[in-house]
Amino acid sequence: MATNTREAHGDLVLENVTKEFADFTAVDDLSLVVPRGSFFALLGPSGCGKTTTLRMVAGLEQPTGGRVLIGETDITGTRPHERPVNTVFQSYALFPHLTVRENVAFGPKRRKAADAMRLADDALELVQLSHLAARKPGQLSGGQQQRVALARAVVNQPEVLLLDEPLGALDLKLRRQMQVELKRIQSEVGLTFIHVTHDQEEAMTMADTVAVMNRGRIEQMGPPERLYDLPQTAFVANFVGQSNLGVGRIHGTDGDFIVAEVSDTKVRIPKQRSEIHDGQVMFGVRPEKVRIHESQPVGTGNDVRAVVTDVSFTGVATQYLVTVPSGANWTVYEQNLDVEPISLRPGDDVWLSWDPTHAFGVPVDEDGRKAALAEDGA
Amino acid sequence: MSRTRSWVSDHLAMIIAVAVLVYLFLPVLYTFVFSFNNYRRSNITWNPEGSPTLKHWANPCGAPGVCPALVESIKIGALATLVATILGTLIAFALVRYVFRGRSSTNVLVFLPMATPEVVLGASLLTIFIQGFRMDLGFWTVVIAHIMFCISFVVVTVKARLQSLDPRLEEAASDLYANPRTTFLRITFPLALPGIVAAALLSFSLSFDDFIITNFVSGNETTFPKFVYVSYTRGIPAQANVIGFSMFLIAVLCVIAAQIIGSRRRGVAA
Amino acid sequence: MTTAFAASAREAGDPQLTPPRRGGRRRGWTPYLLLVPGLLWLTLFFIVPLVQLGSASLQSQWPGAPGYYYRDVNVGNYVDALSSYGVHFLRSLAYAGLATVLCFVIAFPLAYAMAFKAGRWRNVMLILVVAPFFTSFILRTIAWRQILADDAPLARTLNALHLLPGGHITETWVAVVAGLTYNFLPFMVLPIYTSLERADPRLLEAGRDLYADRLTTLRTVTIPLAAPGILAGTLLTFIPAAGDYVNAELLGSDTSTKMVGNVINSQFFTVLGGYPTAAALSISLMILILVLVLGYVRRFGTEEVL
Repeated sequence: MATNTREAHGDLVLENVTKEFADFTAVDDLSLVVPRGSFFALLGPSGCGKTTTLRMVAGLEQPTGGRVLIGETDITGTRPHERPVNTVFQSYALFPHLTVRENVAFGPKRRKAADAMRLADDALELVQLSHLAARKPGQLSGGQQQRVALARAVVNQPEVLLLDEPLGALDLKLRRQMQVELKRIQSEVGLTFIHVTHDQEEAMTMADTVAVMNRGRIEQMGPPERLYDLPQTAFVANFVGQSNLGVGRIHGTDGDFIVAEVSDTKVRIPKQRSEIHDGQVMFGVRPEKVRIHESQPVGTGNDVRAVVTDVSFTGVATQYLVTVPSGANWTVYEQNLDVEPISLRPGDDVWLSWDPTHAFGVPVDEDGRKAALAEDGA
Repeated sequence: MSRTRSWVSDHLAMIIAVAVLVYLFLPVLYTFVFSFNNYRRSNITWNPEGSPTLKHWANPCGAPGVCPALVESIKIGALATLVATILGTLIAFALVRYVFRGRSSTNVLVFLPMATPEVVLGASLLTIFIQGFRMDLGFWTVVIAHIMFCISFVVVTVKARLQSLDPRLEEAASDLYANPRTTFLRITFPLALPGIVAAALLSFSLSFDDFIITNFVSGNETTFPKFVYVSYTRGIPAQANVIGFSMFLIAVLCVIAAQIIGSRRRGVAA
Repeated sequence: MTTAFAASAREAGDPQLTPPRRGGRRRGWTPYLLLVPGLLWLTLFFIVPLVQLGSASLQSQWPGAPGYYYRDVNVGNYVDALSSYGVHFLRSLAYAGLATVLCFVIAFPLAYAMAFKAGRWRNVMLILVVAPFFTSFILRTIAWRQILADDAPLARTLNALHLLPGGHITETWVAVVAGLTYNFLPFMVLPIYTSLERADPRLLEAGRDLYADRLTTLRTVTIPLAAPGILAGTLLTFIPAAGDYVNAELLGSDTSTKMVGNVINSQFFTVLGGYPTAAALSISLMILILVLVLGYVRRFGTEEVL
């Protein structure tokens, strides 16, 4: 059984995977399916369990409960070298005593591939590093080391390729460039990529599917635009982009909308955009969906009074920080479409409005309550 | 004037450093110079008549006993190095790679011989060889003693190297289909090797130069340092200077070669 | 020792190697199998001999049979040893302490220059520091005897200037301390260099920025950075210096500069019936040094000195 786990083939499946360390639970009853050939991102803050999940897929840690499968093959309990899985490590972990080519050929040689060196050269060509094949890793720049690490993993044509914060050590420009390149390589080789990151922008721009992790659990999973448009928890609402939030109580319905009262203001949320249909609800709306007015607008749907606390001009847009009656700080992005933008100063009274079809409702939890009160307070 | 003063204060550390290096080399220079001395009874005072002479360099084994003592020192050094390097490396691997009961007492046991003065080590070994194990003092008791004090230094050296290795390298190897055996042979061992080699060189130089412990446990066995010490009262032959200075040259050349190979290996091309 | 520090010093410069450590593996009997041969050796040839030495230090001599001893608990050996040779103990501590301080004073500027001023000469200087110690320890000490001799230039010049009170350098405590200082200097230089080399030179710049004068920077930034090295260096200098007898033998006088090492050596080899006294002296020296070292480490440092 153990001998053919290396030949396993298919989607990556995690079934109720749990990892407990002596004093805390890193991953808590996690189940998920990553379809073969997809670019999947695990997104979350540090300590959320994403790296532990990755290490369990690689076989570097063993789960304390649950199963890891590739297709129909159960690979739980097998050692890393028995799995068709390769990892691009955060610090690259290139072997300092071997040349770039020997590093890349390491995997194929262990699998007794007859043409290990040629495979290595092909992989180096894929990452455009053929000219550096004879160098030692110590002689390469960070970006080049990153690409060697990628080639060293890709060359094995694994069923699943794991990327552990692979761009973390690179500067912004190089990061952007590598994001594009990683996507190109993934579509070229057609392997399943699982990308672990804490950078929401990176996850959103690269992955087909993003899973947001928090405290060892997946909060929400889906295509990036869906996560952004309709977060299902307060944590996602704030970790993926920014959200203006308020805690309210549901009063009733109005056609396709739920009506809730947030600090004496009635707000409407589309029924199919709310997780909650009675009792307490966390109301939310994205900053760029909110308009700012000097006087009360007419016929906009939802509106609320606010006081400007800060204005910052960023070129394409102006970002306003305002305090709403609940005491929360909201953010408003106003695109600078007019030649003369409205000139507001801190202390000015304003009105905010938004199209109620953009509002969303999520359950009230600790994360959300904190976010609603302290949002952008800093 | 003030420019001179500021130059001096800017380079003060370097000036002192150069002075200290001169101080360090002064006795070596003396050893070297006296290897050309045409001495009469003992090679302690310079004899202007007939000096400098190359005759001691032409015949380094000319003085009775000097070359046999050198050979004994090399044999003892090689044996002690071999055994101490193996035993010490194993301990270092256990200490760095495993969590086990008794780890801190192991650390203490390894540290203690280094914190014990050599006379005490020598005295205790002499006592056990005579009163306890009832062994005849000689070549083997010297080897046993040298292995003992080299082990701790090997452990410290190899441990430092192992601790500086990124544990992810081994994870990466196993992620790339290397089984534990291959991971050790292809990754861990080659990366630990510079530390092991350094430990072996250190062991050899400690063993080769040891006098105090050797003097306690050697009986009639004569090593090179013991030969020099014993001949001090009778008259040191200049061949001792020839050999002492040659050892210095060989060691310096080895270190330089190692540095060149090391930097080429790492290939720091800036 | 010297190459060990040189090796670790070189490693410290390698930026590849800064691992975030995960705990070691925990698996069965493997670590014990790795430990057994080495620890057995240390037990058999370090611990057991010490125990035997301890028991020898309590033995008594057969009356009328000098050189023959029987098992006993003769604490009198310690009383004799310490009352007869207490002055040698104090002398050893004083000489070793003085040599350690001198080593520090000489070693610190050298290590500092190597770490921060030497630039590309750094490795060359490192080799130069270690190199002299490949010439035999005994040969170098004999060379010092020649350098400091009465008819050598140094003593002659000092005598001509009437700067040498007794007229000699050799046969005095000055020569013994000078010899100890010279012989153990690299044990001080290399650890200090290693810790300074690991330090970020920008810290020194920041220090110079905060405190205009160099002395304050030295006191508040540089010396604390070198602290682990200074701690290791003082131990590596003091311990062997306190137990040494070769320098006192070759450079000192027959009477007034003998250290405890000389006494132990001669009691073992030349005094008939001196065996238990020599053993008692050895045990006392070991305990004294351990107590001093433990107190020193507890006062100034961490566990991992070496």
